[in-house]
Amino acid sequence: MDLYAARRRRNRIAQGLSVGATLFGLGWLVLILAVLLWEGLSGLSLAVFTQMTPPPGSAGGLLNPIMGSLILTGLAVLIGTPLGILAGTHMAEYGRYDRLTSVIRFINDILLSAPSIVVGLFIYEVMVAPMGHFSALAGAVALAVIVVPVVVRTTEDMLVLVPKELREAAAALGTPRAVVIIRIAYRAARAGMLTGVLLAVARISGETAPLLFTSLNNQFWSLDLNAPMASLPAVIFQFALSPYADWQKLAWTGALIITFAVLALSIVARTLAAPRKSS
Amino acid sequence: MIEMVLPAGAAVALESPSRSRRLSRLRTGDALFRALARAAALAVLAVLAGVILALVAGALPALTTFRLDFLTSQRWNPVTEQFGALAPIYGTLVTSLIAMVIAVPVGLLIAMFLTELCPLWLRRPIGIAVELLAGIPSIIYGIWGLFVFAPFLQRTLQPALIQLFGHVPGLNALFAGPPYGIGMLTAGLILAVMVLPFVTSISRDVFEAVPPVLKEAAYGLGCTTWEVVRNVVVPYARVGIIGGIMLGLGRALGETMAVTFVIGNAHRISGSILAPGTTISATIANEFTEAVGDLYTSSLIALGLILFVITFIVLAVARYLLLRLERRIGG
Repeated sequence: MDLYAARRRRNRIAQGLSVGATLFGLGWLVLILAVLLWEGLSGLSLAVFTQMTPPPGSAGGLLNPIMGSLILTGLAVLIGTPLGILAGTHMAEYGRYDRLTSVIRFINDILLSAPSIVVGLFIYEVMVAPMGHFSALAGAVALAVIVVPVVVRTTEDMLVLVPKELREAAAALGTPRAVVIIRIAYRAARAGMLTGVLLAVARISGETAPLLFTSLNNQFWSLDLNAPMASLPAVIFQFALSPYADWQKLAWTGALIITFAVLALSIVARTLAAPRKSS
Repeated sequence: MIEMVLPAGAAVALESPSRSRRLSRLRTGDALFRALARAAALAVLAVLAGVILALVAGALPALTTFRLDFLTSQRWNPVTEQFGALAPIYGTLVTSLIAMVIAVPVGLLIAMFLTELCPLWLRRPIGIAVELLAGIPSIIYGIWGLFVFAPFLQRTLQPALIQLFGHVPGLNALFAGPPYGIGMLTAGLILAVMVLPFVTSISRDVFEAVPPVLKEAAYGLGCTTWEVVRNVVVPYARVGIIGGIMLGLGRALGETMAVTFVIGNAHRISGSILAPGTTISATIANEFTEAVGDLYTSSLIALGLILFVITFIVLAVARYLLLRLERRIGG
């Protein structure tokens, strides 16, 4: 009976630790969100969305970094999505059984989790240094490099799930292959592919490291793609590390805006993907 | 639809001109789309090649000047233009090690909870909540770590550690020095929280892939939950767990913003994990835009190259292990 009791005790300890670990993990999420709300909500006002970033010591808002983030993210998606979808299409439709495809998949998976600061260095070397100055365009391309692997991955996964009978039926009607893919396969995989794009947007809208030496930062309102542009993450980085209390306050507010935008995006993406999974 | 099975020449002869024109347009469109897709797929390979080439080209001046000294020297002096990467490499490895030591057991325990203990209706919400931790941008971890976590550690955990281990021979060197708040331990702890979702979600997936028959047989013999997990689930899912750990490690090694806020950016190697240090990514993020002189910039790019090589190897091993597992389950 002693051995039995010892086994049960050990089991109870392990179960307790397991529950404890889960509470520990959830605790961090709650703690981070709570502090964000506490610090950020008090600074949230209309002025944040209508005024420019202030010099130290005066009031202001985050209009130019918010606009900059929207432009950079939008441009990155515009560049990265078609490229990612086409590459995913090749891997799932034309070259599904190629050796090359498995090589590309392997490389793509590595790019998917490659350090984003290295992407920043890469774009600095190929765009910023030759052009001689920092630019919003370079920042958008750096973000696009991060978008591509995410979209490639989801596009391929979703197209592979499309039943081949659908394609065969369309091909039997004499439809050219490109039309089969665009009209039939894309339509069947639409929700999943959209999820991929949303996840990519969620991923890049908080990225800071690749922007530090591509789009840099800008204290002023600028829509010029050929000049440095402000972005929320870069402004948070600058303001949070500054000694000025009102800059730090704005950094918290910016952090709140980004986090909830990103979390909302990933929840929407998940609910879009959910019905597919259960069916 | 007869024309589709006839050779192209015959089709043209049989049809009205407008129809054959439309057919040939479809055919060129088809070929064009196919070529575009192929080009895009090759572009993915080109990006990787481009990253490696650009980094090597940028790092060349520093590497030819310092040669192997770059890897073995911890001197980092922009004024005399002496650069060595040892301190950032050391910091990167130590912070990642701290992160993995904490995140791996906690992640495995959460995976055990989600697959064996949790009521079914709670699994999805808890799983999503843990994955949301991965969705929080790293700069948020940074600002949170700097303003909330570091002061908290400075008041509580760090003095306690110094008190506890300060007089133990051997361990006292590890916890030497005043409690700064920021430093390698703080960075490691924050990395642990950031890596946790990766370890958890992959462990959960491989735990779920264990055939229920195996688990049921063990339960049928009277095994406790813990014994089933320890002796059946973990051995079966071993390869996948290691893959997940490597994937998390890849993240921890390359993480930039969160670390930059709390590491202290000090270019020296200290035996104490409470001391400020620096990592490869934090050094680049802090100094790149302020770097004057080609050798300085080139040294920072060389750091980036080292980081890329390390993470590439770690991630490649992770993907290889996970791929092997996928094949075993699929086949």
